[in-house]
Formats: sequence, C-alpha cells, structure tokens
Amino acid sequence: MTMSTLLDIKNLSTHFNTSAGTIKAVNDVSFKLREGETLGLVGESGCGKSVTALSIMRLVPSPPGRIVSGDVIFQGKNLLEISEEEMQNVRGRDIGMIFQEPMTSLNPVLSIGRQLREPLELHLGMTKQQSLKRSSELLELVGIPDPATRLKTFPHQTSGGQRQRIMIAMALSCEPKLLIADEATTALDVTIQAQILEIIKELTDRLGTSVIIITHNLGVVARYADSVNVMYAGKLRESGSLDQVYKESKHPYTVGLLNSVPTLDLDADVRLQPIRGEIPNLTDLPEGCAFIDRCDYATQKCEESEPELEEVEDAHFGACWEHRRVGKNLQGITT
Amino acid sequence: METTYETTVDIYEDPPLKTRVRKTFATSWKTLKSNPNLMIGSIILTVMVGIAILTLLPTASTVARYDPTELAVRERINGPSADHWFGTDKLGRDVYSRTLHGSKTSLYVGIGVAIIVTIVGTSLGVIVGYNRVADNIVMRVMDGMMSFPTLILALALVAALGSSLTNVIIIIAIVDTPSMTRVVRAVVLSLRERTYVDAARASGASTKRILFLHIAPNTLAPVIIQASIFFGGAILTEAALGFLGVGTPEFIPSWGNIISSGREFIRVGFWIAFFPGVFLALTVFAANIVGDGLRDVLDPRLRGEK
Repeated sequence: MTMSTLLDIKNLSTHFNTSAGTIKAVNDVSFKLREGETLGLVGESGCGKSVTALSIMRLVPSPPGRIVSGDVIFQGKNLLEISEEEMQNVRGRDIGMIFQEPMTSLNPVLSIGRQLREPLELHLGMTKQQSLKRSSELLELVGIPDPATRLKTFPHQTSGGQRQRIMIAMALSCEPKLLIADEATTALDVTIQAQILEIIKELTDRLGTSVIIITHNLGVVARYADSVNVMYAGKLRESGSLDQVYKESKHPYTVGLLNSVPTLDLDADVRLQPIRGEIPNLTDLPEGCAFIDRCDYATQKCEESEPELEEVEDAHFGACWEHRRVGKNLQGITT
Repeated sequence: METTYETTVDIYEDPPLKTRVRKTFATSWKTLKSNPNLMIGSIILTVMVGIAILTLLPTASTVARYDPTELAVRERINGPSADHWFGTDKLGRDVYSRTLHGSKTSLYVGIGVAIIVTIVGTSLGVIVGYNRVADNIVMRVMDGMMSFPTLILALALVAALGSSLTNVIIIIAIVDTPSMTRVVRAVVLSLRERTYVDAARASGASTKRILFLHIAPNTLAPVIIQASIFFGGAILTEAALGFLGVGTPEFIPSWGNIISSGREFIRVGFWIAFFPGVFLALTVFAANIVGDGLRDVLDPRLRGEK
C-alpha cells in the first residue's frame, strides 16, 4: 500500500543556547511520515524526541531554543517558512498534539466545555450551539459517560485518565492530519494507558490521521506503531519498519533499549541488561559516535568519525559502522 | 474524509435571562452563607458603603445629625453625650457627623486606589510577565519606586503635586502599583510554563488569546487578595498622610484627618481619635477578610463540589 507523504522532515536542527554552551537537542534529523502511518519515536530522556515534536509545531521555547536549519514539509508546505499567523491555523487544525501531563494540560479555571469549544470555534468557525453539540459528541467518542454534564465541570473534578481522554478529544476535534502524542500515556497507570492508546488508535484509524507516538516505552511502540525511529543524543540512529527495527536491529543502542525491557516470559534468574553509562553532555559531543562510551562494539573507526544514517537494507536505516555485527542477542519484546 | 458521529446527546440551550439572574443570586447567597468570613466582611463593608452613600444624599443631616464643618466653639472637647454621640472636637464640631462624612472620603480613596492599582498593575504585570524586553524596562522602574519607603515616596509626591482628594488617590495608587505588578508578574511567570498554556498554543491559540483567556483569569485569585489589601492599605495610607497633615485638606473630613486632629487631645478627649479609629480598623479588617473569602469563592478548585 503506497500512500502519499504527509510530513517530510529534512535536516532539522534545533539548538538551545545556554550559558554552558550550545545544546544540540536535535541535530540534523530527517524522516518522512506517510498518510495514515503511525510512527514511534523512541529514545531515553533528553535525546531530543520532544524537541523534535516541538520543532514540527514551532513551539520550541525561544529564547533559548532556536531551529537553526532544516525544512519541515507538511502537506507540501514548509512549516518553518510560513508566518506565525498561518502557523496558528496549522496548530490544532492540521496537527493536534497531546502532552505528557494530563493533570496540568487543562486550564483549572475554565470549564471543560469552554476548553473543548476553543479549537472548534477558532478553526472551524462554529457557533456556540454547534461547538457545544460537537464537544459532547467528542467526549462521547473518547468514552466519557454523560458528556453533556461533564462539559460544565472543571478539570479538578476529573481524573487523570479522563483528562487525557479530554485532551485527545480536543486534539482530534478539528480532525487533524497529524497527531503528535508526546509521552501521552507516561503519567498514567498501566490499565488506563492501554485504554487511552486504544482510543487514539481507533479514532486515528477512523479519521485516517497519521500519528507520531513519542515514548520511551518500547512495548507501546511494538503494539501501535507501523515504523520506528530511534533517537539518541539529538540524532536519528535507526529508522525502519517495526519488524526491521525490533528484530533486525542495526544499532547497538536499539539493542540496548530492547534488552533493558523486562518481559513476562523472562526467566526469574535472568538479569535485565541496562545500557551502561549515561547520555553524553549535549554541549560537548565527542568527535566520533556519540554512543561510543556505552557501546560494546566500539572500534577505532567509531572514535574517529561519526557514522551517518545509511540504508542498510530495504527502507531500513542505521547509523553504525559495525551494524553487521549488531543485533544478534535479542531476548526482549516481540512485536 | 467525511466522518459521521452518532450521538444521543441533546443540544442544551442557555436558559432565559430571568432564570439565569435568579440562579446567580441563589448561588451567591449560598456561597455567602457557606463562607462566614465573606459574610461578616460583606456586612461591615455594606454598612460602611451605606453610610457613605447616605451622607452623600441631601438627607445627610437626618443620619449624621450635624453639619460636619459646623463650629460650636463653646462646646469644644465635650465627651460623648445624647446630643453628640461621639463627642465634639477642638472646634466643637460633632465627631459623629464628621466620622460618618469621613467614611465617604476614606472609601473613595480605598476603592479608587484598589481599582487603579488593579487595572494598571495587572495589565503591566501580564505584559512584563510575557515579554522579556518590557520586563527589563518596566521592572527596573518599579524596583526604583519600591526602593523608597511607601510613606516617604507618598510624602514627596504630595509635596510635588499638592494635596487634593484626587491627588491623594493618584499618589497612593502610584506608590502601590509596583507591588501589584510584581505579584501579577510572578504569577504570570509561573503560569506561562504550565502545560495548558503549551496545549493552548498547540491548538492554535494566539498570544493575545493565551494571555487573556488562559493566563489572566488564573491571576484572579492573587489579584483579588492584593486588591483587598490595597483597599485597606490605601485607607490607612490616606489616614497616615492625614495624620501627618499632608493628606486630604481639613475641610473635607476623612478618618485620617479626624484622628490627626484628635492626636493632641488624646489625654483629655480620647473620643476624637477613638471613634474614627474604630471605623477605620473595622473597614480595613472587613476588606481583608472579604478578599480572603472572595478568593475561596472564585477559585473553582476551592469552591467544592456542587
């Protein structure tokens, strides 16, 4: 099934200028997203996942952040070149976003209905009557009982899971082409996580929305994503379909991530294998591969020059000099 | 892509205005009953405002009994009696009438200052909290103003502008604005980092919309408390200026200048300073507890379940 490209990110770099130096939070990242595709963007904390998402939305806090180069082509339009007013029309209408903290994502002094109506009236020019009706339909869609009453309540009268459902309703209210879920389920407990993800999947399938799931939970990605991008220290290290990345990992970081996930069928006496060391200082990245200090496969070559993302097999990209040796000892999650 | 939603939800319509007004009153009464602070404070303030309004009307003499500027030199510094409930001052003027007429001035100052400071301070605070350039310029000026003790700055301004009632209000407002700005700015600085502000921006809201719809209403609680403190504070500052003899001119009675005129006779005629002092203290106290109560009522998180 071939579908047209919805989002094409080319050489995106976003830097933060701090007193300690320039942090290259996103460094020359390129990837594509097709219509209807669900992409998992994974990596540990501080690897640039969220900043990539914020860069797409042009919401990087500035100062200190700055998108220094690159193109974000969305539906044939470069989002980095349009005016702020045009961008405001893209946000919420063409691209919806769900954030990590459901407890603080809703304004405590406005009723839920008031907040749900906001994008509808702003982007679709609905009247109050229309937006009220649509808001309760949306709440019903995300599985909130008695939506008409719920619209009049305030966020503090609502649980975390419910709030995240409301956020989903809000993000999808204008039927956007792209939904970015930035750690959307991280703050929720496991059963609620699954419910929320199911809702996202069901609704986006129905609307044909492309989704970028940003998470460090590899299980979530395995369940919901079509393709996976692995980020480390501001760069894409591996990219490909779910099966390719999980079963034929071409980067030792991906292997490390998969090995550090506990699974139910793991024997009790087998120890998890965390990735040793820490993420390098982003203001002072080494000359060669940024993963070198934590890598079991490191060679002289890795120290001298940084490997670029290259196509190691059909539509599967990896950024490792030693990719042929990588990825044999998997015991982690299955797709 | 065309999507159809099935729904069982009825469109609910706004009830007619009459029902809404009645409902608003019913809710307000319920809130008042549930919050004793607000109740007591509102009663005291209502009485004070009522007195002030009555003295404004042509029928003032029926309430205040005497003209506040009428001299009766033979009866000077008489203690409270059936004729002069609060006694008389050094010129034989009726302290009761003066106190009642003084409420006008004091409330005028309090309300005037609270309104000016709230409007100016909140606008400035929201702007500087959101714009770093404006922040640096405005806050340095505010810091400069705050480095003077309040009363000294007020005295200097009175000396420069002259002492009329309007000037007193403007001067106290100028002196109080920096602290209001600072409070609002601090709140805005913390609010702008909240996820719901990001979420609003991610759903396409403009900066103006975010400022007025999402940030400004959230500053309401601290602003109300500050405004009620400034209301009380302004009455006190006016009294202090009056006490120092540079406040409202003496032909306009205010609690401040009545207390001031009673100062030298405190040993022989305590009543001159005492009664306006009681009114002053009561009003400031009421303003403060009303501020507290309003905060509780207006914050949906503290409002409790319906």
